[in-house]
Amino acid sequence: MKEIRVLSPVGMLGYGFPAESFQKGLGKNPHVIAADAGSTDAGPHKLGAGVGIVSKEATKKDLTLMLTAGCEHKIPVIIGSAGGSGAEVHLNWTSEIVKEIAKEKNLHFKMALIHAEAEKDYLQKKLTEGKIKPLGPVPELTAKDIEEATRIVAVMGVHSHIKALEMGAEVIIAGRSNDPAMFAALPIKEGHDPGLALHMGKILECGAMASTPGTTSDCMMGYLREDCFVVEPTNTMRKCIPSTVAAHTLYEKSSPLHIIGPEGVVDVTGCKFEQYSERAVKVSGSKLKKSETINIKLEGASKVAYRTICIAGLRDPIMIKQIDECEKHVRDTILTYFSNISPEDYSLIFHIYGKNGVMGELEPRKEITSHELCLILEVVAKEQEMANTICAFARSTLMHYSYKGRIATAGNLAFPYAPSDIPTGAVYKFNIHHLVEVDDPDELFSIEIVEL
Amino acid sequence: MTKEVSIIDLANVIRSKNAGPFELTFDIIFKDKETYEKVKKTKVITKELIAKLYHVPIEKVLYFVEFDPANAIKATIVRPVDSGSIGETDVYGAQQHAPLLDIKIPFEE
Repeated sequence: MKEIRVLSPVGMLGYGFPAESFQKGLGKNPHVIAADAGSTDAGPHKLGAGVGIVSKEATKKDLTLMLTAGCEHKIPVIIGSAGGSGAEVHLNWTSEIVKEIAKEKNLHFKMALIHAEAEKDYLQKKLTEGKIKPLGPVPELTAKDIEEATRIVAVMGVHSHIKALEMGAEVIIAGRSNDPAMFAALPIKEGHDPGLALHMGKILECGAMASTPGTTSDCMMGYLREDCFVVEPTNTMRKCIPSTVAAHTLYEKSSPLHIIGPEGVVDVTGCKFEQYSERAVKVSGSKLKKSETINIKLEGASKVAYRTICIAGLRDPIMIKQIDECEKHVRDTILTYFSNISPEDYSLIFHIYGKNGVMGELEPRKEITSHELCLILEVVAKEQEMANTICAFARSTLMHYSYKGRIATAGNLAFPYAPSDIPTGAVYKFNIHHLVEVDDPDELFSIEIVEL
Repeated sequence: MTKEVSIIDLANVIRSKNAGPFELTFDIIFKDKETYEKVKKTKVITKELIAKLYHVPIEKVLYFVEFDPANAIKATIVRPVDSGSIGETDVYGAQQHAPLLDIKIPFEE
């Protein structure tokens, strides 16, 4: 069977990669250039609010290199989870950037847009039929969850990418995609082992992260053969060793033994990771166990509140010792003063860096040893105005609180900014993280061809 | 003679990260096969230890696996707050590994 070579220029479209590393990758004659552009890592806000996590400028820079090379060498370019979350708004955002580049560079190609935003009516029907179940530690889905979600995406596997390639697409801009799908689609289409192809995709989706020194901002080549795959960073300052590739097999997954996707489960229990050459690692033994039914992951986000924050420093040792008592005073004062507002309508959160800001209740060290603290006062409330009001009140109360033994009577907080209070807008939560059983993945994903 | 060795001296990687928005996963990857096997034999790092370090009931430790090909021990817990929801302190879950750094492994000398 013919070897398939896959070039992954970067771990996240818009993170940037060295042009020299990319040129070296092109020198290996790849059959496809692919990149992941999304993740749920940055929280539910991107999906909920319909925004991205990287700038347009950076995305355009990365895409320009990829599209120019793709057109010149006649190599398909595949982008998955476009725009960060892969919903319609994200897909359009990315497709506009592609169109801009094509116009500016006078590039012509057939582009496939794969839509991944799920229709609410379709999902309500599936819910009634009992075809939707929780994925991981989340509650059963309700009709209300579907209604309340601002956006819901379905996560496509290799199926839609393969279909777009079969339609002759030279550039694929796909909505929400399972991370390895963009890298595994062409090899699977050409008849390669899907277990190995998906495992290779899992390693490639983070760019050169599975090498040492690891980074998402550099290029990695994958070589898929009949009974194994080989990965190698194109930048000679990096190398893959068995432990970095094995370690990346564990990365961001619940279980190290299984890579789960719409195609089934890739079992890596019996995998072998071997040094293949000075900077390359060979992997064998990954096996796909097909699932009996086709299950597609759904991700949805809903708006739950509005947030205002205030950042302040504390440098007074007398106050630092009593920070818990100061917090209690602020809480009590607010409860009394805003007796007209139900405490259920807002939350006041003290993030105290230098005490337990990073781990909260999980912090095992209880004593404060720092000479200064950073406080982030956070208020989330039903309405933005309410969040602003309570945050301002909490800030002024703490600023002038006369705690026990106070000798610095001018004010208790050092604000690095004016204005001190920052409204950050709507707060979202992932309210859908479920699997829907389908007869045909085409029910959820449609392909639109655009000639440029 | 038993000597206690800090896990920092035995592992190359000790990290935490989201595994999806509802789970937090920990990886401890040991320096070499020999160290990994020695640590495994002591049975110090267990599902129970993870539950204790992260103040969660044992049923909230969803996975605990020793993964020989990577010389690694991996555990996954239910996130205290789902990623980015109200009350969050670490959206990516990338700085929740500190309690693991305090693990000491008793080695027979």
